[in-house]
Amino acid sequence: MRETPSQTAGPYLHIGMLPAQVGLRYRTLGSDTLTGGGTAIQIEGRVLDGIGAPCREMVVELWQADADGRYDGAFRGWARAGTDFATGLYRFTTVQPGAVIGAPFVSLWIAARGLNMGLHTRMYFPGDARNDIDPVLSCVDPARRHTLTARAEGGHFVFDICLQGPNETVFFDV
Amino acid sequence: MPPEFIGRAYGRHPPPLTPGYKSTVLRSPRMPSLSLATPEAERYGPVFGHADLAPLDHDLIRNHATTGDAIGERTILHGRVMDEHGRPVPHTMIEIWQANAGGRYRHATDNYVAALDPNFGGGGRALTDAEGRYAFRTIKPGAYPYPNHANSWRPAHVHFSLFGTGFAQRLITQMYFEGDPLIPDDDILNTIPDPAARQDLIARLDRNAAIALDSLAYRFDIVLRGRRQTFFEADHAHA
Repeated sequence: MRETPSQTAGPYLHIGMLPAQVGLRYRTLGSDTLTGGGTAIQIEGRVLDGIGAPCREMVVELWQADADGRYDGAFRGWARAGTDFATGLYRFTTVQPGAVIGAPFVSLWIAARGLNMGLHTRMYFPGDARNDIDPVLSCVDPARRHTLTARAEGGHFVFDICLQGPNETVFFDV
Repeated sequence: MPPEFIGRAYGRHPPPLTPGYKSTVLRSPRMPSLSLATPEAERYGPVFGHADLAPLDHDLIRNHATTGDAIGERTILHGRVMDEHGRPVPHTMIEIWQANAGGRYRHATDNYVAALDPNFGGGGRALTDAEGRYAFRTIKPGAYPYPNHANSWRPAHVHFSLFGTGFAQRLITQMYFEGDPLIPDDDILNTIPDPAARQDLIARLDRNAAIALDSLAYRFDIVLRGRRQTFFEADHAHA
């Protein structure tokens, strides 16, 4: 058997994935906030298209290890946010993940109109010495590694995802 | 650690840039993606359970209703979720969303002239059972025009979002209805280059699952990536 082909999530993905964002009455699965043991952190950013315009109808999903670097514990490290219809910003409140192998990071997955398939990327933390020994970052062209590292700004981490252009984010086929 | 996943069969998926679907032009990455043997992170994925569901989540005819059932052709959508080895994917979350019977979405940015149905929201979710089976009750969505080319119409379709057991299996797709005359010209379905792969997105009328005097049924089976079965590790794999 072969994998079912992907199709775009389209512009109305909120109805199924982020119903609270469009005022629907049934329950929303998950949220943009994770709590658990460890240091609370905030992550925010935008998804920018080929002319630098923010994409305001994206779904961004976060998947991460717990503070001890584990994926199979009690902590469900999955969160989902929609980019804001006005500002284009997505925002997560979560806990600082522990390192698994190499440096700590969060996995991000995005989908929307104009993306025929969801895109996987990673956000690493700025100034972490372990970034230099991370096995995945080491596979990335040094000139593009900065696209996978957040900026520390005003007490939170800022991570913009560029779909195209000179700062195109590195996406992973995992 | 769970095994890695079989590499994606990219010939079956749409490439990032498909100018026939214009929204891809400014949103498609132009650099090649970086291929990795599935990292530990994506071998795992979120686990959902019945605590994540409300009683009417699988019933789009009633989950947003206040004064009566949603209007339209009462329809059961069902099928199985399997992996590439043909094994069922049990207890995995499926989310769906769709337009109403007139082809209108309950969404701030859909300004199509067709009427909203006060009793229809358009989203639902369900967990597969131990054999990977799922079922939704809904109304058949209508076709609708959209701004791609001057007279572009979408065939009736339902969006599906699936998780599987590892984040590397995350998949969003669309399901179409057998016999819809708009299917061959659909610029979104045609982003998939392989005609046989396109056929896999067309649900078949399933008279055996219909409910007499109540609902028609369509069957849509979904295949997620399978895990690799490796018998020996490469000696240098963890160097």
